[in-house]
Parts: sequence; structure tokens; C-alpha cells
Amino acid sequence: MSNPISLNNSLSSEPVSRLKEMRTKALKRRLRNLGLQIGVFIVIMGAWQLLANYKLIDPFFFSSPKAIFLQIIDWFQNGTSQGPLYTHFIVTFEETILSFVIGVILGIIAGYALGMSEVLSVIFGPYIQMLNALPRVVLAPIFILWLGLGMSSKVALGVTLTFFVVFFNAFQGVREVDRNLVNNARLLGANKRQLAVHVIIPSALTWILSSLHSSFGFALVGAVVGEFIGATKGLGFLISQAQGAFDTTGVFAAMVLLSITALIADWAVGRLEKRFIAWRNVRQD
Amino acid sequence: MNSTTNISLANKPKQNDPVMIELSGVSKEFVKPSGEVHTVLRNIDLQIGKGEFCSIVGPTGCGKSTTLSLVAGFDQPTNGTIKIQGETLQGMNQHAACVFQTENAFPWKTVIDNVSLGLTLRGVEKAEAYKEAKIWIERVGLKGFEKHYPHQLSGGMRKRVALAQCLIIQPQILLMDESFSALDVHTRSLMESELLTIWEETSASVIFITHDLEEAIALSDRVVVLTAGPAATIKGDYQIDLPRPRNVSEIRFDADFMRLHEQIWNDLRDEVMISYEQSNQS
Repeated sequence: MSNPISLNNSLSSEPVSRLKEMRTKALKRRLRNLGLQIGVFIVIMGAWQLLANYKLIDPFFFSSPKAIFLQIIDWFQNGTSQGPLYTHFIVTFEETILSFVIGVILGIIAGYALGMSEVLSVIFGPYIQMLNALPRVVLAPIFILWLGLGMSSKVALGVTLTFFVVFFNAFQGVREVDRNLVNNARLLGANKRQLAVHVIIPSALTWILSSLHSSFGFALVGAVVGEFIGATKGLGFLISQAQGAFDTTGVFAAMVLLSITALIADWAVGRLEKRFIAWRNVRQD
Repeated sequence: MNSTTNISLANKPKQNDPVMIELSGVSKEFVKPSGEVHTVLRNIDLQIGKGEFCSIVGPTGCGKSTTLSLVAGFDQPTNGTIKIQGETLQGMNQHAACVFQTENAFPWKTVIDNVSLGLTLRGVEKAEAYKEAKIWIERVGLKGFEKHYPHQLSGGMRKRVALAQCLIIQPQILLMDESFSALDVHTRSLMESELLTIWEETSASVIFITHDLEEAIALSDRVVVLTAGPAATIKGDYQIDLPRPRNVSEIRFDADFMRLHEQIWNDLRDEVMISYEQSNQS
């Protein structure tokens, strides 16, 4: 009886030390990567700052990291020339979220309908291709004419951008469902609705979720471009105002805020994705 | 040796059982993209009794799987009729379940959700369905894996999920489309013998599609040989009078098994050669 126990002990202590070793190695690798990432940031920003300080590049056209940073602080503390910063921020964010949600829902519905129905896809296929080939930015003036300078014209533009990304992925996802799985479910007694719930939608979801990253980006593009062309609020409006006043620092500062928004949104979509396709991410243990 | 065979024949109640599946004059044609008509099956007459284990063998591309999809109701025959228990089949075959060559299990469902699906689709309450599913999961030897996803399981285990998923609805017809051909040799013979053990407790008729003659003889009451395609039809129909229960891994060394194998292979060989020459020409 004592033999197997001692054997167990010697077996279990070795993997524990190995595990520890591997963990410290992984930690070191992460620290190194983080260090390099920060290093790149410092080099680029430092070079920019130095070049601007010594007037090797014209600070009027290129601004400098310090000025941009101070501008953002100033906006936070004192508000912009066009009112407090957060109102612009909220407006852009709201437009983006609205056009994202509406575009995704419409895209999924249309993708599912056309993916399931041969007739619908034959009828509408060419028209959708045609609309998608159109550079959507040219629609912005029309939407502003129709819907005014407010939020709805930006949302409409964002929807036209996000819709197609999600639509094509949903369509493809529905088309690519494994025929055997569909047959299996039908044989097990699934009706049309059950087939959609248990087989087609879960299968298409991987495709749809992979499109959400890029479609969120497009929603943001829609909001900003719309504000750029005609608006009274929003980060895009802020950029166009700064540009009109030859304020490059303001343009860059608004750009930094925009990219931070985009990063946060991307992270949130990533979380959503993980949540919905958990069955894919579970590791074999 | 002969005497045991005779006894087993006399003991077999399956011979005079009612007809479960009846194909009469069935043919299947497709229109190719080029506009030509491609005949897959021609004039198939086949009757399979209740509780009978029938294998269909034939060279590659001869329409074995097409036959199966016609019986399942995935596809309709161009000519002829298919009757299930005397009733003409329309739409999906309500009495059948199918184990496919590829995957049966839905990758986004856990083992227990996969197995209980057939019941929940029929409106059985979830708790009730889970209870029944647990019994089947244990029966196919997957106890403890209820919460696993299919991709966490080995190929053999996924086939067990497929079996449980099919059998939980207690189908009167079990269709198997080269179900074990993707498995390695050892897992395969293990799954074959488990299939027999479970099947012997049910009264399901089985149509087993395979290109492996040994597998067909080892498992079946009856082996049907199809001719080489296109326009395949039935070439031979053999009763396998080996006693049950069978030991699938050792029955291959049995003298009767070898006799049957030689007899059927003589039939099948010509078709395989025809099919091989056709594939070389095209």
C-alpha cells in the first residue's frame, strides 16, 4: 500500500515545480512584450515631441504630443469652444451604438431571409450588390437633406455602412450550415422554427459575430463622417470645427478621443463574442 | 459448424416479420448543371423486415447513400414508391433516425443537450428529456461527459453521442451512412460490437451503408449488393445466417463467415472493377 502512495507523491511534486517554472516563463514573456510596446510608444512620441520642440517640423501643422495632451485635459476641465466635451462624446457614442444595433438587427434579418429563401436571394441579390458597390459616403448629404442636422441623419448613414457587413456574413453563415446537421435535426423532428433556433442561427452566429468588430468600426465611421459633413454636436463636428480654425492640436486631440472610444468598443464586442461562442473556446482538459 | 447455422436459422423470428420498409421500382435521377440527366438508381425493389439488420454494399459512387436519403425522406424518388409500414412515405420519415458518416452532434450543444434534442423537439419537458438522456448517455458509455462539448470528445465518443441521439427517440428504423468509416480500426470494431449489443435490445430495423464487406457481414442479417453506378440496381441479396449474439472482432475467422465473404465478394468484385475502370476513364 505504501508503494503507490510514495510513487504518487514523487509524481505530483515534479509537475508542480514544472508548472511553476512554466508560469514564470509565461509571465516574463508578457512583461517583455508589454515593455516593448511601451518602448515603441515612447520612441515615437518622444521623436515627435523633440522634432516639434526644435522646430524641425512646424508645430502649427503637426502640433506635438504635449500640446495634444494638454488640449484634452483642457477640454475635460473647461469644455470645448462648442460646449462641454462630454456632450460631444455622448452624441457620437449614441449615434454609433444606435446605428450599430439597428444595422446588425436589419443585417441579420435580411441575411437570414435571403439565405433561407432561394427566390428572395435571386430577386434581391443584384440590388444589394449594387447598393454595396456604392460609396456610402455620398449618401451623407442626402441623409442630411432628408433628416436634418440632428442625430437621425448620422444614424441612417451608420446603418447603411454596418448593414452590409453583417448582412453578407449572416447570409453566408446561413448558406454554409452543414447539410447533414440540418438533415439530422429534421429527422429528429424539428419544424421550421426549431430548425432555425437549434441549427441555423447558432451555426450562422460564428460568422455574424466575426463581422461585429468591423461593423462597429463602420458604425463609428458613419457617425463621424456624418458629423463632419453637417452637425451641431459630436466628435466629428469638433474635428471639423478645429480644422476650420486651423487648430491642428484640436484635430489630433479629437482623433485621440475617437480612437480610445473605438478601442473600448472593440474590447466590449470581443467580450460579447466570447460569451456567445463559448462552445468554441472551451479548452480540452 | 453447419448444425449451429441451421439452429440459428430456425431460431430467427425475423424471417416472417412484417415488412418495415418497402421500395418498389424506385429510381432517382438528377439533372446535371450541363443539362444532362444523370441516373443514380434504377428500378430498386427491396423489402426490409421489422427488426432486420440489412447492409447495403457496393462500389464507390453507386448510390448507396442516395438510397439511404430516399428512405430518410431527405429526397424524393423520381419514380417508384417507398412505403414505411405500408404507408407511402411523404416528406421526412417520422420513424427513422440517422447516424451520418460525418458529425451528428451539434457543436454548440453539450452532450446532454445533443442527446436530449430529439425529445425536446417533440415537446417533452426539459427535465424529463434530461432524465431520459442520462440513461442513454450511460448506456453508450459516456457517463460523466454530459457537460462536454463535442469537440472535447474523441471521434469514437462522438459516434456514441450520435448513437444515443438517434436511439433516444426509439426509432423503428435506424439508418447508418458509413457511420464508422472515419474511425480507426480498433475504435471501429469496438463501436460495431456496441452497436450490436444495443440494437439487440431494440426492435429497430437497420439499414447500414458501408463499402466494407467484412463489416457488413459481421453485423447484418442480410447483405444487399448494388451494381456500379450510374444507374445502379440490386445485383445480389444474401441472407447472413451466422448465429447471434456475435463477437464482431472474432467472427471474421469463422469458417461460415469466410464462405459468405467469398460468395458475396465474387459478386461485388466485378462491380468494383467496373467502377474502378470508369473512374480511370473520366
